[in-house]
Amino acid sequence: MSGFRSKGHPGKGVATDDASYETMTADVLIVGSGGAGLRAAIESSDAGASTLVVCKTLLGKAHTVMAEGGIAAALGNVDPGDSWQVHLRDTIVEGQRLGNWRMAEILAKEAIDRVYELEEYGALFDRTAYGKIMQRPFGAHTYRRLCYIGDRTGLELIRTLQDQVFKRKIPVMDDVEVTSVFKDPATGRVSGAFGINIRTGGFLLFRCKAVIIATGGCGRVYEVTSNSYESTGDGAALAYRAGADLMDMEMIQFHPTGMISPAGVRGMLVTEAVRGEGGMLTNASGERFMEKYDPKRMELSARDVVARSIYTEMVEGRGSSNGGVYLDIRGRGADYIKKKLPSMYSQFLEFAGIDITKDRMEVAPTVHYQMGGIRVEPDSCRSTVPGLFAAGEAASGLHGANRLGGNSLADILVFGRRAGLAAAEYARTAQPGRVAEYDAGDEMARLLAPFKVKGGQNPFALKEKIASVMWKYVGIVRSGEGLAKGLEEMLAIAAESKNLEAKGGRTYNQSWVDSIQAWNMLLVCEAIIRSAIERKESRGAHTRSDYPDRDDAHWTVNVIVRRKGRGMGCEFMPVQKPPPELESLFRGG
Amino acid sequence: MSKAVRLRVFRGTGNDPTTFRYDTFDVPAEEGMVVLNAIHYVQSRLDSSLTARWNCKAGRCGSCAVEINGTPHLMCKTSLGMYDGEVTVEPMKAFPLIRDLVTDTTASRDTAGAIPPFTPRSVSKRPWLFYQGDVERSRELRKCIECFLCQDACHAIREHAADYIGPRWVAKAASFDMHPMDGSNRSKFLREEGGLEYCNVTKCCQEVCPEHIAITDDAIIPEKERVVDEHYDPLVWIYRKLKKRR
Ligand SMILES: Cc1cc2nc3c(=O)[nH]c(=O)nc-3n(C[C@H](O)[C@H](O)[C@H](O)COP(=O)(O)OP(=O)(O)OC[C@H]3O[C@@H](n4cnc5c(N)ncnc54)[C@H](O)[C@@H]3O)c2cc1C
Ligand code: SF4
Ligand code: SF4
Repeated sequence: MSGFRSKGHPGKGVATDDASYETMTADVLIVGSGGAGLRAAIESSDAGASTLVVCKTLLGKAHTVMAEGGIAAALGNVDPGDSWQVHLRDTIVEGQRLGNWRMAEILAKEAIDRVYELEEYGALFDRTAYGKIMQRPFGAHTYRRLCYIGDRTGLELIRTLQDQVFKRKIPVMDDVEVTSVFKDPATGRVSGAFGINIRTGGFLLFRCKAVIIATGGCGRVYEVTSNSYESTGDGAALAYRAGADLMDMEMIQFHPTGMISPAGVRGMLVTEAVRGEGGMLTNASGERFMEKYDPKRMELSARDVVARSIYTEMVEGRGSSNGGVYLDIRGRGADYIKKKLPSMYSQFLEFAGIDITKDRMEVAPTVHYQMGGIRVEPDSCRSTVPGLFAAGEAASGLHGANRLGGNSLADILVFGRRAGLAAAEYARTAQPGRVAEYDAGDEMARLLAPFKVKGGQNPFALKEKIASVMWKYVGIVRSGEGLAKGLEEMLAIAAESKNLEAKGGRTYNQSWVDSIQAWNMLLVCEAIIRSAIERKESRGAHTRSDYPDRDDAHWTVNVIVRRKGRGMGCEFMPVQKPPPELESLFRGG
Repeated sequence: MSKAVRLRVFRGTGNDPTTFRYDTFDVPAEEGMVVLNAIHYVQSRLDSSLTARWNCKAGRCGSCAVEINGTPHLMCKTSLGMYDGEVTVEPMKAFPLIRDLVTDTTASRDTAGAIPPFTPRSVSKRPWLFYQGDVERSRELRKCIECFLCQDACHAIREHAADYIGPRWVAKAASFDMHPMDGSNRSKFLREEGGLEYCNVTKCCQEVCPEHIAITDDAIIPEKERVVDEHYDPLVWIYRKLKKRR
């Protein structure tokens, strides 16, 4: 090496068979530093609980930073007709009546406070001509409702919350992969968690009274996705293994517009704001095809509708030259585009060499969001395991069968805060639980297995294999036959995964950490496929070619996945009926 | 297309020079391929022990900062088509090495925590009212994805690491100072703890910024001017605050 180099970390790492661990203690452990995790940390700390945040990438890099479009909240700054009632209605009706009414009510009411709070924390929202927070239209929101910060809303949200975390001196450990949640064998309550300090390769035992899972989604289980590296469904896997219920796992949102070429950027998101700002979808013959599928709302129809419409154009041979459809914003003029959609302008210029003020974009659906996840109690975000909480994309219930754009950033602020509060309150009265020595021992043996394998599977290749099976059999349109085949292949990959090999030492060993994530992905995929097999109808994001219609008589239920003996079991739970005064809001939906 | 790209990748762990070496990999070239695609190809097909940090793969999170042919770049945004012949990929030199292409950028987090935070001035009217025009100046600096390429490029940091916080953090302080509702002042911090005087305005930082933030022009120079004004004339400070308040 030539020239200047900063002094490095100690070169000698932890031995590959070292079974020791370091112990950390807190009242509340928060897994994840996305919007949900950071907002939970602020609330938990303000409520007086000793709080520790851990995340598997770096603080400030969580998936949330990618969010562009905005935060949905019925401020009524642009359209005075908006109200929490209309926001609630949109959320439930567009969720195809599968969502929990109480969660939607909380969201619609509290998102307003959370947006103003974020502003007072320092976030700089775009303004109306009267100096208020500006709001833009978005798919299937009745009114202009999305509060935004250019097209970098998520980045500003994370930075702003991060600053609040610094201000409160809440400890954050990043580069930590949490691998298991532990329960006190006597009480069944959460007593701690286990993890890997990725930077050193050492093990960590967290002794805590409550754990909040804020680990985001699982988009990376698909080949084409807008999601970041960390979205491997770890949270659902951790919770499931601790005995918690998962719900609505079959509900995977395909965002209608992802980039398709060049190959290296396939799946990268083209924000809905492009359509919000007037972008038009056309097929190979120049037809504005949304006229056929939803003449009223056109490009701003619900995401599941637009994604299926694009898919239909593609498979029926009316696609663009690279096999997608066209998205055209040129009509807006160069100045407007550069001002309102600066990130999209530079994204196409830098990644694809296309100037969107002059040329059409080519787009196709990309996996974007998991509506399902850990089943929680609406007011407190409690899971079915005492002491285990979940918030954000890792939790389920709010979005039903289709999430509205902008509702996720609202979700992570509203329910992140509630989870933090509820966990701190729980920890105030809970006794510290015991972590059984055998739990830590068994966990270390499980985690170290990939170092014992020689000539085994490459974890990066195995992850790719999982993603291609999901893409092939569990995509936008599913069939009983395809899903059965998918399950069979997934179980075969699961068998191979016992043979994953970690190469090299333990210091920042990605092949090791990715092996552990691959196991989580396999578990989550199994849950998705089993739930998709069960739901014999089409609703929202879940489309079955063999059951093309929505069937309210039989399927106004949530599919629950739970550990059953050594295997995975599914159960059905009727969707909770709203009280009459709210039911009247949903009429016709 | 059967052309191959030859990657020369730094390998090594921590501060142990006996582990340092360069490995060479031939990766099939594809249209529009970026360096990160090539690294992933190596990991899944050629050598799974290679380690690199990445997350969003879309230029939004700033995780995959490295040096490519000696210049700071994000791997996800750097097209291999830009280079002829062998491409050398090395970790950022201004940060402690962890392993292979991964460095430790977390020490500067203490700096972030030390910057006087956004402190709203007291106003009676809620929700706040201010205008789009008031937003733009601070907004530009808020595009920062904390990739720290600018810190890697800055020679003032290399020479005075302990004394100068570096361009990213000056820009951060400036983004607070330029917030239309902020009632605090960071000049004293930048002068006494930030070591702003060590910057001699070479603009190397803004040249490498993947977000094209004019760090020197729009953050460092205005802050330097303020530091000078206010250090010599405290009345200027009061005047500025009044002006901001309008
Ligand atoms: C490109 C893009 C644009 C989007 N735009 C919008 C938008 O405009 N509006 C909107 O409402 N929504 C949008 N979304 C969706 C929204 O951004 C996400 O759903 C939301 O940010 C999820 O936040 P979260 O806090 O739940 O989790 P995340 O932000 O995903 O954070 C997860 C955290 O958990 C950590 N973690 C995961 N597993 C582990 C583990 N095993 N151990 C330790 N830590 C772990 C990660 O490191 C990370 O810190 C967008 C999504 C994408 C991909
Ligand atoms: S302008 Fe200042 S901060 Fe930027 S690289 Fe030069 S010395 Fe460093
Ligand atoms: S200012 Fe630019 S180069 Fe520096 S950390 Fe931010 S985005 Fe990276």
